[in-house]
Amino acid sequence: MINVQDLAKSFGTKRAVDGVTFSVERGEVLGFLGPNGAGKSTSMRMITGFIPATSGTVKVGGFDISTDPIPAKRLIGYLPENAPAYTDMTVLGFLSFAAEIRGLAGDSRKRAVNRVVELCFLEPVLHQSVETLSKGFRHRTCFAQSIIHDPDVLVLDEPTDGLDPNQKHEVRQLIRRMGEKKAIIFSTHILEEVDAVCSRTIIIDRGRIVANGTPAELRQRSEWAGAVTVRINGAAGAVVSQKLGGISTVKRSMIIKEEGGSVTLRVFAKQGQVPGLARSIAEAAQGWQIEELHTEEGRLDEVFRSITMADTAGTKPAADKI
Amino acid sequence: MNAWSNIKTITKRELGAYFSSPLAFVFIVIFLLLCGFFTFMVGGFFERGEASLVRPFFDWHPWFYLFLVPSVGMRLWAEERRVGTLELLLTMPITSWQAIVGKFLASWLFLALALLLTFPVVLTVNYLGSPDNGVIFTGYIGSWLMAGAYLAISCATSALTRTQVVSFILSLVICLFLILCGFPPVIKLIESWASPKLVEIVTAMSVITHFDGFQKGVLDSRDVIFFLSIIGFSLFCNSVIIRGHRAG
Repeated sequence: MINVQDLAKSFGTKRAVDGVTFSVERGEVLGFLGPNGAGKSTSMRMITGFIPATSGTVKVGGFDISTDPIPAKRLIGYLPENAPAYTDMTVLGFLSFAAEIRGLAGDSRKRAVNRVVELCFLEPVLHQSVETLSKGFRHRTCFAQSIIHDPDVLVLDEPTDGLDPNQKHEVRQLIRRMGEKKAIIFSTHILEEVDAVCSRTIIIDRGRIVANGTPAELRQRSEWAGAVTVRINGAAGAVVSQKLGGISTVKRSMIIKEEGGSVTLRVFAKQGQVPGLARSIAEAAQGWQIEELHTEEGRLDEVFRSITMADTAGTKPAADKI
Repeated sequence: MNAWSNIKTITKRELGAYFSSPLAFVFIVIFLLLCGFFTFMVGGFFERGEASLVRPFFDWHPWFYLFLVPSVGMRLWAEERRVGTLELLLTMPITSWQAIVGKFLASWLFLALALLLTFPVVLTVNYLGSPDNGVIFTGYIGSWLMAGAYLAISCATSALTRTQVVSFILSLVICLFLILCGFPPVIKLIESWASPKLVEIVTAMSVITHFDGFQKGVLDSRDVIFFLSIIGFSLFCNSVIIRGHRAG
């Protein structure tokens, strides 16, 4: 449904988005991750046709957003960053306007408005002016606007920003449900959200895609992935560490915590030796009292940090030379 | 067909926005008070003893509009940019021209309403004497076209900035220029050093020169084209400015 090819955008000399390529099919929820200023919002603005790309193409449902914008825009529902809405209108007025401009009239308009009001829990503020809404309600009002025409493609820029934990949960559920029938791109910097909602994730940093895969695949890239955490009672940390470090498949072991007679260690396997590591450790630790033993899945935040920070470190010397 | 229904939707929303706040009523009341005061007190409607609205009523319009029209037009784009709804509006399945025309029409209709509400003046002059109502009619047409020209300029300046006050001042200065280059004292000043040809060119730029014909009851196509071309050109500038923003 969404096809992005070599998308780039320059503001003056600054390259905000630098050759981004990806595609999203119906039934996929693509999480767009990245530090602030990485080019997430700029990419989304180009995909929705708000700003023209410097180079590259965006196709939505087969229509090029720059040469054939109207049919492409018809397919898209868009929630911009900060969820803007006309402050001088009531929620009902605003949603009716959104429905009308999407070509819905008469009964189908009423039905569409009722549907999103129910989906987004807007009933209590229906006749209130947008100006007086709390942030959560305003956010949901704008979100309701984006799904009012039941679009095939949804582009959501930080859809859970500013919501309380319950509302966040609701919105995530909603996105996941809708993701079964639509192509959805949403940006976030909340990593738990990625696990909860996405079928695929792209990490973008300084305008470039630095990782692309399912959340599970990304976790694999963590150096923690496959490491074993073990807690042992009644033994000295140094002794345990030495013993476990001596196992043939172990690269290194480190003590994370030692207190009250119990010691927690993290043990990393050598390349390709992850399967069976936990068992080897259990065997080596015989005679000690094992309180806890589990294999780490890898952590997204750690992957995220290592990918986006390694890059920054790499460019620093270059800047110094100038 | 589709284009018109989009324009209609935008126009309806914008008109609604005017009347959702007391601003619209304040504007209309001020406009009517000014009209009444200047026509009857300053303009010397009664002292003249003639059944005509030209001098006492329409003469003031270029000056009223100088302040009132920019205040009507200033929010059109500046507010959208400030609140961020511009991003919503321009990602809807409409062209930017439809949005521009829709917004312009809404404000122009609003100004038409304000102008129509001056009808008691027409009733008064008809009660007191027998004026040439054709002249009054062309006067109203001219006044509305002039308001449209000011308004289109305000639309363009409104798109330039996200601060309404800046937009107001910019369009006021441009409109003031359009008035002054046909204002008799200024023309005299220019005549003292410029060639007659140049004076003619300068005065041809003025709304006052072109409004004059309407006040006399003459519907000159050149005057109509003058106002329409200001509207067209300003709205074109408006679209260029908006495209400029989006290009970053």
